[in-house]
Amino acid sequence: MSGAAIVVEDLGKTFGSVVALRGVDLEVPRGSVLGLLGPNGAGKTTAVRIMTTLLRPDTGRVVIEGRDVVREPDAVRRVIGLAGQSAAIKEELTGRENLVFTGRLYHLPRARCRQRASELLERFDLADAADRQARTYSGGMQRRLDLAASLVAEPPVLFLDEPTTGLDPRSRIGMWSVIRDLVSGGTTLLLTTQYLEEADELADQIAVIDHGTVIASGTSDSLKDQVGGDVIEFDVPDRQYLQLAVDAVSGLSDVPPVLEAESSHVTVRIGRRGSQALIDAVRLVDQAGVEVSGLAMHRPSLDDVFLSLTGHAASQTPGDKPGATRSRRNRRRAGSGGEQPK
Amino acid sequence: MTSSATAAPVTGPSEALYQTNEGPLRKLSWAVIDSGTIMHQNLLRWARTPAYIVFTVIQPMMFMLLFRYVFGGAIHVSVKGGYVNYLMPGIIGQTCGFTSFSTAISLAQELQKGSIDRLRSMPMARSAVLVGRLGADLLRLALTIGVLIGTGYLVGFRFDNGVGPAVGMFVFALIIGLAVASVSAFTGLAIRDEESVQAFGLIWVFPLTFVSSAFVPIQTMPGWLQAFARNQPFTIFIDELRSLAVGGPLLSGAWQSLAWIVGIFAVFGWLSARAYRRV
Repeated sequence: MSGAAIVVEDLGKTFGSVVALRGVDLEVPRGSVLGLLGPNGAGKTTAVRIMTTLLRPDTGRVVIEGRDVVREPDAVRRVIGLAGQSAAIKEELTGRENLVFTGRLYHLPRARCRQRASELLERFDLADAADRQARTYSGGMQRRLDLAASLVAEPPVLFLDEPTTGLDPRSRIGMWSVIRDLVSGGTTLLLTTQYLEEADELADQIAVIDHGTVIASGTSDSLKDQVGGDVIEFDVPDRQYLQLAVDAVSGLSDVPPVLEAESSHVTVRIGRRGSQALIDAVRLVDQAGVEVSGLAMHRPSLDDVFLSLTGHAASQTPGDKPGATRSRRNRRRAGSGGEQPK
Repeated sequence: MTSSATAAPVTGPSEALYQTNEGPLRKLSWAVIDSGTIMHQNLLRWARTPAYIVFTVIQPMMFMLLFRYVFGGAIHVSVKGGYVNYLMPGIIGQTCGFTSFSTAISLAQELQKGSIDRLRSMPMARSAVLVGRLGADLLRLALTIGVLIGTGYLVGFRFDNGVGPAVGMFVFALIIGLAVASVSAFTGLAIRDEESVQAFGLIWVFPLTFVSSAFVPIQTMPGWLQAFARNQPFTIFIDELRSLAVGGPLLSGAWQSLAWIVGIFAVFGWLSARAYRRV
């Protein structure tokens, strides 16, 4: 079956003097995954709350599987599931009880509730802990239980609001594989996240949202192309040669190299020239007699996309110290076998 | 169901998923069932935290023993059976106020955590969260009052007015508890912050329960305070509880109580429902 499972048109919402959403348009084809990506306070949660009938929009409309969320909220509630940061889990109840109660509130027959609970506990690797109180669960287990609860009634459209925020890396990867399985079963998924890798991993389409507006959308690849293709970057340990290095590589691209003077870090956007540009870069800095470290080429990350679209890093809310992006970039380079900057 | 002329022409999942053509009677019966489910859930959660239940039941018992043995000797009342018979209905009235704190606190907690969101995104009766909560709290109040009366009997309290009025007092206390809980529910839904709700609860419940006929005869208070104490609802409720328990005029107090209770339900029931819808 084809068609859009979620259609959002010109959505607007204001709280007092704060504009949370302004003119958001989205469309999620049935069976696909949309990643709604943005920093804290961008409007992601407000958008999800409207789409799941929890909040009324001021302007625009949302249609889920052909039903308007304002006019037919009950019909919409029958086809959606909502999970997020495991707030809905009752910690005093066992995993199984949580699921059975959810099923009963969906008005499923009792036997069906028990059956679904067992299936889901098995599928989400919670069978061993099924009859323990949820307060004894790890963070990752609680998220999986929360996700399982949203699936009890087998909704065709699922909303996940920051499903891995606050999880350790291992649990996050576990959660990703659970979500991937789910989507392969044909569920339409709208996922909000502030993690760029997460959108990259899970979403077919990504909508970047900032200050209540969608500022870019497309596949992960097309967003990366918008930024200007591949990137070569390196550090210059001896600062007096910095300008020399920048001059040396300036011929690589039509776009002038970007110099972060404070950290002696140089970035060159090289479009789609691929590894030839890397070879050229090595030759050029060598000819100039400049010693560089950590010279590497990479496809732009969504970090780079976000930075170039908004002028601020995705993970950097106004109160944060700058530098978070920087350290992540270093880690990634270390992981790909490059030299460590001194 | 209306035609979906405004919606994009999509072929969605089976139409059966959308069947919302439930009559009002069916809707009401689901609301009752859903409330029962939520209540069951709340009771089960308490069963897993027995310490909480024990402490909330013991608290009013301590108040009762404190007044019975520490302050009671200094307070002179003209009630058959002495101060303990005067005290018990007062403590029961006060318990109706204090027990309602947890209604407010737990609603604020659920709002703060966002755990109501999941329930509100489901095709269940929206009123069930509120009604189920109040139902569970009412059962807890019944247990508390039961234990209170049992302890009261051990320290000399007696229902001197017969079994019928005694049962009437118990039922009336639960109705008072429900009315006060609807006020508390509103404070929880309106203030939303657990700690603020708790602090605010003390601000309104303390003066109302202490500046009343619960523990001392109102005539012993200064004149300006008597005016308030005599006319506020807790005094009216407690006097009625006392008349039922140990004898006294029933009728005039009954009408006044009824008027207050209907008024409280009408105002705060409406306010709570409105606050809940706007969450």
